[in-house]
Amino acid sequence: MDQLIVQTLHGLVTGMVLAMVASGLTLIFGIMDVVNFAHGDLMMLGAFTGATVLGVTGSFWLALLAAAIAIAVLGVLLQITTLRPLIGRDPLTTILATFGISLVIQKYALWQWGPSVRRITEPVPGHFTLFHLEYPWYRVATALLAGVIIAALWLFLKYGKYGIWIRATTQDRVMAQAMGIPVPLVHTAVFAIGSAMAAASGVLFGPFAGVTQTMGFDFTLRAFIVVVVGGMGNLGGSILASIFVSLVEAYAAIVVSPAQAVIVSFVVLVLTMLFRPTGLFVPTPK
Amino acid sequence: MLTLRDVHAHYGKSHVLHGVSIEIRAGEVVGLLGRNGVGKTTTLKAVMGLVRRTGGQIVFDGQDLAAVPTHQLAALGIAWVPEERRIFRLLTVLENLRTGLDRPGLAPARREELLERVFARFPILRERRHQAGGTLSGGEQQMLAIARAMVLEPKIILLDEPTEGLMPRMVSQIREIVHALHRDGVAILLVEQNVPLTLEAADRVYIMEKGVVRHHGQAADLRANPAAIHEYLGV
Amino acid sequence: MTPRARYWAGFAAVLVVLVLAPLVLPPFWQRFVTEILIWGLLAMSSDILIGYTGMVSFGHSAFFGLGMYGAAAALLMVKPPSLGLAVLYGLVGAGAIAVFVAYFATRLRDIYFAISTLVFSQIFYVIIFTWTEVTGGENGLTFSQPPLAIPGLWSARFTPVTFHWFVLAVVTAAYLVIRRVTQSPFGMVLQSIRENEPRTRAIGYHVERYKIIAVMLSGLVAGLAGVLYAIQNKFAAPDFVFFVVSGEVVIFNVMGGMGTLVGPFAGAAFFLLMREALSRFLTEYYLIPLGIVFVVMVIFLPQGLLGFARRALNR
Repeated sequence: MDQLIVQTLHGLVTGMVLAMVASGLTLIFGIMDVVNFAHGDLMMLGAFTGATVLGVTGSFWLALLAAAIAIAVLGVLLQITTLRPLIGRDPLTTILATFGISLVIQKYALWQWGPSVRRITEPVPGHFTLFHLEYPWYRVATALLAGVIIAALWLFLKYGKYGIWIRATTQDRVMAQAMGIPVPLVHTAVFAIGSAMAAASGVLFGPFAGVTQTMGFDFTLRAFIVVVVGGMGNLGGSILASIFVSLVEAYAAIVVSPAQAVIVSFVVLVLTMLFRPTGLFVPTPK
Repeated sequence: MLTLRDVHAHYGKSHVLHGVSIEIRAGEVVGLLGRNGVGKTTTLKAVMGLVRRTGGQIVFDGQDLAAVPTHQLAALGIAWVPEERRIFRLLTVLENLRTGLDRPGLAPARREELLERVFARFPILRERRHQAGGTLSGGEQQMLAIARAMVLEPKIILLDEPTEGLMPRMVSQIREIVHALHRDGVAILLVEQNVPLTLEAADRVYIMEKGVVRHHGQAADLRANPAAIHEYLGV
Repeated sequence: MTPRARYWAGFAAVLVVLVLAPLVLPPFWQRFVTEILIWGLLAMSSDILIGYTGMVSFGHSAFFGLGMYGAAAALLMVKPPSLGLAVLYGLVGAGAIAVFVAYFATRLRDIYFAISTLVFSQIFYVIIFTWTEVTGGENGLTFSQPPLAIPGLWSARFTPVTFHWFVLAVVTAAYLVIRRVTQSPFGMVLQSIRENEPRTRAIGYHVERYKIIAVMLSGLVAGLAGVLYAIQNKFAAPDFVFFVVSGEVVIFNVMGGMGTLVGPFAGAAFFLLMREALSRFLTEYYLIPLGIVFVVMVIFLPQGLLGFARRALNR
């Protein structure tokens, strides 16, 4: 029983971090039909950048901010140089391009920071006792912070002036252009937002397991699963799906090893694609 | 004000416009008639930069539109009301209007004014302003599409089949709106299947067939002598 | 010379070069050329899907891996080790997975299919990595190389040179067969699916059936490549089932030219040679410039190195 509760906590916390990563990915896909293979690697770069800034300044919050801004800038550069030229081409070319970018980013990180694991110290120290386990406070703080950031994103999209631009462009790119909305700029801005969120989630996740070059790929894979299960382009759906998938995986880890628990997520993905391809958390389209 | 000179356009490999030449002067209502598939909508899309132009010139207010990306046309004064209306279904009526009202350089006072004006002309939109665009009826969506174009304060509105699928009562309303816009000095390029409405509302009329303009004349002349109408439209 | 004759002349010339290569090259490069052939075979199998049918698959590492482990199973379980059996087991293994993937190919389109193939290769990776008792887990399996044998009649151990010729023979045979298939009416339908699937369906073709066969064919050839690799290196390891291998295969396709069948070989050669050259100076960071080259090619040279000759190569 207590294992169940501990795993529930694990699942919820990881789910919130995953939700941050996935919401960027689903926004990007929804607005410009780009499946960003390098999304998890942006998270990884954010984590490394954060670790470096933390090492220099000693401030976790500064590290978080710096990482988000740095990676947002990188995202803008990437979008302008490699993704804009591909607009109008077969959408699969963007998968290939972002796949290539992912490889370059991973090796660059290896070159820049070396193969050893970087540590990000917990921003909120201390544990509380949950049954016979010591559960760190910062994990709860991470989940809360992730929730706040996602809520802020949601509010911005719903009520902000530019939020309307983003939503309009997502629904009908052509009509948005006809209304004078600078769609190319909106695309770049959304990519920047997605990148910043990925980077921030990297810094938040840093204290969990240390920062390595390959942490990105795991999240990219899971983020793909979540985006499909939640409904491509559906922000609310991807958040629910993140929590759902993380919980399912956490529970599975009770029975099988953590490495094998990921198969459960894959199965969820495959079943969703077969039977509810528009997403589990999306009302059936008419 | 808006001149199309020998414009050619392609959909992929398909050559759809074979040299269309049309002129609309400031404040005019110009009708574009023709059977289904002759290229009327494509002509509007060519102006909007939404279809591949492979020849000819489109000039607006002295400026060649070839190098102007679609999203800069609204600022120049060109508004588009497409055939399918293309309301942002998940945005509310108010948000739909805001896509035009939120443009840079518009003072808040003027925004309020424009919004009021549009609500005054279309009271039903005020009533439904917090409703999602997709929940409106066909006629209401058409009004929203026109209102959305109006808040751009355009010099010309490209109006594509506004009466399609509407009840007679709505069709009258559309007729009135076109008159009102004309009075306000807004030019209109009106693509329509409804010939009587077009002949009554327009100053001049072009008739298209197979991607070219076949006939051009004053609406009054065509009203008096409908031979060309019969020939090209079989009506 | 007619284009056809020109093509076969060119083909013969390349073949002669490849036959003579191991005789003049030092051992390292002998192996290298053989490896290029094997990876090229794998990439060619992917070209059937990506170049001719228009389906991007990130799952070829699964077919390759199953071929590898299938061969390993035959060589470890049946004594004396038999080449024929290794090929058989490998093909059966790859084929079984291909059936699975084929099912999904018919239900999912484009991006969803690509993602699901990625997921499959990862599932297999995890299974192989963690099922240590059967697959040797992280360490993989090692075994000895089977001889080239006609049972009961004659048997000879492979030398690097004879093995190269064996691989060359297999690859050439596979290429000719696939080429025949892509130029047949069946192949034409595949290309029509790539160009415009809804229209192909509207004309009356059972798009699903064609896709299934394409996936099966692709999977079997990929499995064959896995068998060859296993025999060459005498081991099977989970690294080869990891997604990165699938990714590299796609890179070979794009770099070499999709829809050409020989393009993948050129792409594999280009990539592997560049990797060899760059890693002398940059060690493992060779992927940074090479990755950038790949991205640049996707944007500016999407038809790949041999893409310009696509029409000629498909005659």
